[in-house]
Amino acid sequence: MRPAPTGTALSFHRIGKTFPDGTQALHDVSLTVGDGEFVAVVGPSGSGKSTLLRIASGLTEPSAGSVAVGSELPGYVFQDPTLLPWRTVEANVGLLAELDGVPKEERRRLVADAILLAGLTGFERHRPRALSGGMRMRVSLARALTVRPSLFLFDEPFGALDEITRERLGNELLRLYLREQFAGLFVTHSVVEAVRLARRVTVLSARPGRVLAEIEVPFDYPRGGGLQFDTAFGRVARSVSDALRESFT
Amino acid sequence: MTAVDGSSPVEIAPPVKPSPRALPRLARVGSMVLPPFAVFVAVIGVWYLVTYAFLAPRRRFLLPPPHQVVTDGFLDRTIRDEILSALGGTAKVALVGLGVAAALGVAFAILMNWARWVERSFYPWAVVLQTIPILAIVPLIGFWLGYGFWSRTVVCILIAIFPITTNTLFGLQSVDSSHHDLFTLRHARRWRRLVRLELPSALPAVFAGLRISAGLSVIGAIVGDFFFRQGDPGIGRLIDDYTHSLDSGPLFATVIIASLFGLVVFWFFGLLATLITGPWHETGQRPPP
Repeated sequence: MRPAPTGTALSFHRIGKTFPDGTQALHDVSLTVGDGEFVAVVGPSGSGKSTLLRIASGLTEPSAGSVAVGSELPGYVFQDPTLLPWRTVEANVGLLAELDGVPKEERRRLVADAILLAGLTGFERHRPRALSGGMRMRVSLARALTVRPSLFLFDEPFGALDEITRERLGNELLRLYLREQFAGLFVTHSVVEAVRLARRVTVLSARPGRVLAEIEVPFDYPRGGGLQFDTAFGRVARSVSDALRESFT
Repeated sequence: MTAVDGSSPVEIAPPVKPSPRALPRLARVGSMVLPPFAVFVAVIGVWYLVTYAFLAPRRRFLLPPPHQVVTDGFLDRTIRDEILSALGGTAKVALVGLGVAAALGVAFAILMNWARWVERSFYPWAVVLQTIPILAIVPLIGFWLGYGFWSRTVVCILIAIFPITTNTLFGLQSVDSSHHDLFTLRHARRWRRLVRLELPSALPAVFAGLRISAGLSVIGAIVGDFFFRQGDPGIGRLIDDYTHSLDSGPLFATVIIASLFGLVVFWFFGLLATLITGPWHETGQRPPP
């Protein structure tokens, strides 16, 4: 992994990944995320979307190609909230700053800010088991916010949530994005979610994943909650769906 | 920073199936106490039946009636003091043995979790140690360490260490891989990962091992008493003495006291597990049996 050039938050160059059991997950994937840009990746199950994020974060080594990252420690939001069940909301939110060795006073301030930002005020002393799925995901987001990353990697963070909670958290994520101006790579199964959140949607093929299309989303931020019912939105979503359908042929 | 949308979240926790904790306190206590009490009454009844219906009066020393055990064993001050003093000796051995076994077992499990070669090299021998009948090696321990407190303690350790080691190792190796990823992303070092992730995550398994080992350490202390008779007598030596003198009332009282001690130790660790892991772990929610 090497540092990304100025203006680039994340860059994959001809990435390939073959696992030890011979499964080829990715083939010749090139993709760039600019500073402050929000890009979504859609693709069928097994197309290597999550593997791409793991490569970006350094959790997995690519078999071929190279990756350049602008932020040394990107924020990573997993599909599962990955909260430590013995810690309270407050302690979970402060975990990453604690692991980074941030002094206690500074950590307390970061945690308080993130809790406020994620709408978790009043739940500081709750343990994860007492929270709903949506609330747990808010804690996971708040935890990632404490380290103020310039690049966020989202691995289907709302995949396990119901439609309403999913839309609500998507809107909140957009507000966070506009406020913090981080770069984001958002992996999802949902075409609607990808078009609603991202400035650009990359479509991956079925295994081994390769880039089939990169589709610009021409809507300005902030985006209203009812955007998905707009005709123009339908057209963009349609073109993403068509590209996705191609991946099965 | 201010709230993103200024609103409080409206999502609420999913409905939880009513737990036994939701029942009225009296009903809950009743449901816990009545079943074992009913079994106790039945056992006493069968005991009386066997003593008076099946044993001739001259053979009743084999199974004296419960009230005789109480009068000869618990109400006789000399006997009672003798039993309680022996219990103190046995408890000291059992608790020291359990403490050492817990420290060694957890440390050993951590080492095996850290280095696969340690696990591959030592785990098979730990299994072998577990399969050797303890009575076969007790005389050897006597040869090597003498016949006092430390030999009894070593027997306890040998009996109690395996469940703690295996349970702790299982707990350490069962940490969610996504939690490990989270720590890897922040370049967390081994010690920080152990203290903040692996050990807390393994706690329910550690307590499960401790509860088993606690019962075994009491057995170990009593077995040790039988063989190593130097120093203050323990419960095992007292049982042996009463057996040889056919003093069945005190003998039964001693056996009952030894059993109660094992039960108290087992309960104590169950309670400790509930207090420590109860607020966040499913198994910690259940009251100890």
